[in-house]
Amino acid sequence: MSRRDVNREADAPEERTHLWDKPENVSRLLWVFYALCVGLVVMDLVVHREVHHPWERFFGFHAFYGFVACWTLVVVAKGMRKLLMRDEDYYDVD
Amino acid sequence: MWIDVPPFLPFFIGAVLVALAPRGWARNALLLGIPVLGGINLIGIQAGPHLEVELFQYTLTPFSVGTFSLLFGYLFHLAAFIGNLFALHLKRGDEDTLQQSAALVYAGSALGAVFAGDFITLFIFWELLAFSSVFLIWARRGERSVRAGFRYLVIHVLSGVLLLAGALIRFHQTGSITFEYVGLEGLAGWLLFISFGIKAAFPLLHNWLTDAYPEGTATGTVFLSAFTTKVAVFALAVAFPGTEALIYIGAAMTAFPIFYAVIENDLRRVLGYSMINQIGFMVTGIGIGTALSLNGAVAHAFNDVLFKGLLFMGMGAVLHQTGRMNGSDLGGLYKSMPFTAALTTVGAASISAFPLFSGFVSKSMVMAALLEEGYLAVWPVLLFASAGVFHHAGIKIPFFAFFAHDSGIRTKEPPKNMLLAMSLGAVLCIGIGTFPQFLYAILPFETGYWPYDVTHVLTQTQLLFFGALAFVGLQKTGIYPPELPSVNIDVEWSYRRLAPKAIRAIVPAISFVNRTVRSAAVSQFNAFQRVAPRIYGTRGMARQWPTGNMVIWVTVMLAAYLIFYFLK
Repeated sequence: MSRRDVNREADAPEERTHLWDKPENVSRLLWVFYALCVGLVVMDLVVHREVHHPWERFFGFHAFYGFVACWTLVVVAKGMRKLLMRDEDYYDVD
Repeated sequence: MWIDVPPFLPFFIGAVLVALAPRGWARNALLLGIPVLGGINLIGIQAGPHLEVELFQYTLTPFSVGTFSLLFGYLFHLAAFIGNLFALHLKRGDEDTLQQSAALVYAGSALGAVFAGDFITLFIFWELLAFSSVFLIWARRGERSVRAGFRYLVIHVLSGVLLLAGALIRFHQTGSITFEYVGLEGLAGWLLFISFGIKAAFPLLHNWLTDAYPEGTATGTVFLSAFTTKVAVFALAVAFPGTEALIYIGAAMTAFPIFYAVIENDLRRVLGYSMINQIGFMVTGIGIGTALSLNGAVAHAFNDVLFKGLLFMGMGAVLHQTGRMNGSDLGGLYKSMPFTAALTTVGAASISAFPLFSGFVSKSMVMAALLEEGYLAVWPVLLFASAGVFHHAGIKIPFFAFFAHDSGIRTKEPPKNMLLAMSLGAVLCIGIGTFPQFLYAILPFETGYWPYDVTHVLTQTQLLFFGALAFVGLQKTGIYPPELPSVNIDVEWSYRRLAPKAIRAIVPAISFVNRTVRSAAVSQFNAFQRVAPRIYGTRGMARQWPTGNMVIWVTVMLAAYLIFYFLK
């Protein structure tokens, strides 16, 4: 594949500032996101949800499970790197 | 339908015409027209056999409409159309024309397989899938792609050989080659199961996918992601529905690849691992074997082709524009490729099964069926995998390609045909997610299932938002592993590293033993020549030659010959 159209001059003077270049935009997005997370857990109190699996009886089960699942996933995967990670050309050299 | 045209035929004829057609509108019209006409040809088609051919003692049914055929038939026409549109700009030299022809043969073979009425026909298209698709890998050129292509081919030919062996044994046992329910019984059942399992990327048999797909061309991998594994899912749904082992195999498939996906640097390989994860949901659905779960399995296959295709198109566009695919090299591309970024994000939302996106309306059927049938221990595994999908595909792919730290790469949007193909994929992802009744209408069974209720929407949104919250937390605390140029050892290590090394180590040992034994034998013979006159006298051995003596010598010579023969 060719590398045409690539121009590595990120700091060219004429470049305009993009949406996520400003840290305040990122933090605004995150605050909205946190608020939505809180709202979703509060909904568990308001909404009567059906229970099909015994674990679902717990308040905020899906929120808790989603958080723990992803955290565990990443931490375990990161640990796997110690065992599994090799150089990029591992299979290319003898 | 006008006449009984086997669905693969227009594609095969089209492949030849495309190869011969001059560049420009004629070829474009063929590439886009064939899937459209083929798709129209399927409308109103009757179930049952449409074409029978006698071959030796077998009655082949190269065109038969089974329970799942039509859904996959429509799907493959759609995928071929989107893929051809995405690859429409290819025109540099003959190799790229070859790619377009190969893609048509590949799509036609997939159609041939899902409309196959017998195992021999299935076998033929099974092998054609491999032989046509490998050109989409080789077309990238470069030694890596050529080697990956050969490994891909060997594994898929092996899968075909197992399929043929299973089919023939089955024929001798039952007298039937009809492609129908088989079940895990006897040698034939197991051979077919493993054959399908290789193509479906079962755990331990999965590495061909993550090895080959990232080595395909920017446009070729879009086709690769659509057909091969979905044909395998189709075959499993026909031959092994309700096979309980599939529930556990599927659960393993959903869970283990996502760990690899998190630490993988090549974003198309991330999608490869993610693909195994999605096929896991389908395999589990087939294993449960109820109307709801089978509907869920095939509906998810339908949606996966669209959203995975969209993600592979997004990454293909990035590769096409920047020549790079590693997370460690990319980032900040939303500045110069905003449309590609937005369209890829739609694919990411769909695979993550956000409400109103396509993954939500199909994956939920498999999850619901698991609980209905009382698989309470398997459900948490799939729920873990559902959260994990969002993490490694839904967030990681768009984040590291288009956002994250600015890599400094400035490029522009890909050609219009690529954007158009991605837009079509995105519209379908949102359309199916928002109006699932249209997809449900072509599912094989009537179940009355409806995904949109308060419980389901709320719990799924909670799961995904808090998965995202974990991502934010891991990024902010610096725990999140950085993208690093690397490879991670997987099962493929056994045949890419261990086996070649072992052979290299063993060969000198064998030749050493060979040499030693031969020279010992020669020196013994020489010694015997010196001693012989003393035993037989100076006039040679031929003078006195008792029969018993001769038999012994013949035996010794034969034994020596045998030994030398095996040592040679």
